[in-house]
Amino acid sequence: MKEYALILLSTVLVNNFVLVKFLGLCPFMGVSKKLETATGMSFATTFVLTLSSACSYLVNEYLLVPLGLEFLRTMTFILVIAVVVQFTEMVMHKHFPLLYNVLGIFLPLITTNCAVLGVALLNIQESHGFVESLLYGFGAAVGFSMVMILFAAMRERIAAADVPLAFRGPAIALVTAGLMSMAFMGFSGLVRV
Amino acid sequence: MLTAILALGALALVFGLLLGFAAVRFKVEGDPLVEKIDALLPQTQCGQCGFPGCRPYATAIAKGEADINQCPPGGQTTIVALADLLGRDPKPLNPENGQEKVEKTVAIIREDICIGCTLCIQACPVDAILGAPKQMHTVIEKECTGCELCVAPCPVECIDMIPVKEDIGSWKWKAPPAPATRPRAESDA
Repeated sequence: MKEYALILLSTVLVNNFVLVKFLGLCPFMGVSKKLETATGMSFATTFVLTLSSACSYLVNEYLLVPLGLEFLRTMTFILVIAVVVQFTEMVMHKHFPLLYNVLGIFLPLITTNCAVLGVALLNIQESHGFVESLLYGFGAAVGFSMVMILFAAMRERIAAADVPLAFRGPAIALVTAGLMSMAFMGFSGLVRV
Repeated sequence: MLTAILALGALALVFGLLLGFAAVRFKVEGDPLVEKIDALLPQTQCGQCGFPGCRPYATAIAKGEADINQCPPGGQTTIVALADLLGRDPKPLNPENGQEKVEKTVAIIREDICIGCTLCIQACPVDAILGAPKQMHTVIEKECTGCELCVAPCPVECIDMIPVKEDIGSWKWKAPPAPATRPRAESDA
């Protein structure tokens, strides 16, 4: 139990995927202009990340390792993620049309989110079991969502602020992201291993 | 080598089957009739039919909640096409919805009078008006559908509807004159 709690804490705060591992930066910069879209993206990513990290664990454990095909890992995981995203989109379109309308374009965009592939690969690297993989994926997604929503809220404020001309637009967004990342470095002292 | 090809191929096959199954199993059915009706409407999104756009009007027609003669921009041509599609009799345009315009017009803003109130921007269904609060507005002529929705909200009445000048870019073949009730030549007999 303690291990699971540690995994969650570590992925959400200490080893935050966006601000510490620098994965998934494209949606972080790209869809964070508005709070609503950022929230939508966060929910979609949470769902897909958790599911795909479990699926890729299963594929790795029961297909790639027994056949000695570990070198195909990256390619296979991309395939798995693409399928999970597609499948999720179809099921959602049918059974949760409201959610589907909210997430809209963000769902297919997750396929190219490198955090998703990163989580799947890191799971193998750190030899996680099934439940651990699931939690690792979920924690990464929660961390991603948290940072994403915080950042979007900040950017909404910055949009109205009087920023010096040279820093306007993406420049100030990157400066903000850097400051956030530095703040998150503070969490590295949270758990002593 | 062979195992790798087979394993990946099998995996791709399984995933393909799964997605193919899902595509059939979780198919979302839209109403095909609505699509067809929508395709016949002029897409001016003017709302003169009493619905907030062409697609809602198409939905209402498909459900039988609206009649086919409520679209002034489409005029008689649209009514005949709709009657054809739905197997009903064409009828004249409902005068309550407006008159069919003879020539195509676009809105133009007299820019020295415009006070920058943004009311016309909010009224425009196709986002053809450009401007900001307390800044002069202008109409993107290419986008304007000539629906006249912006004329009424303007507090200083600076929007005019002007007919579109015909040039090489906008010229179209004239429709042949309808061979309507031609009197039968009696002198032939």
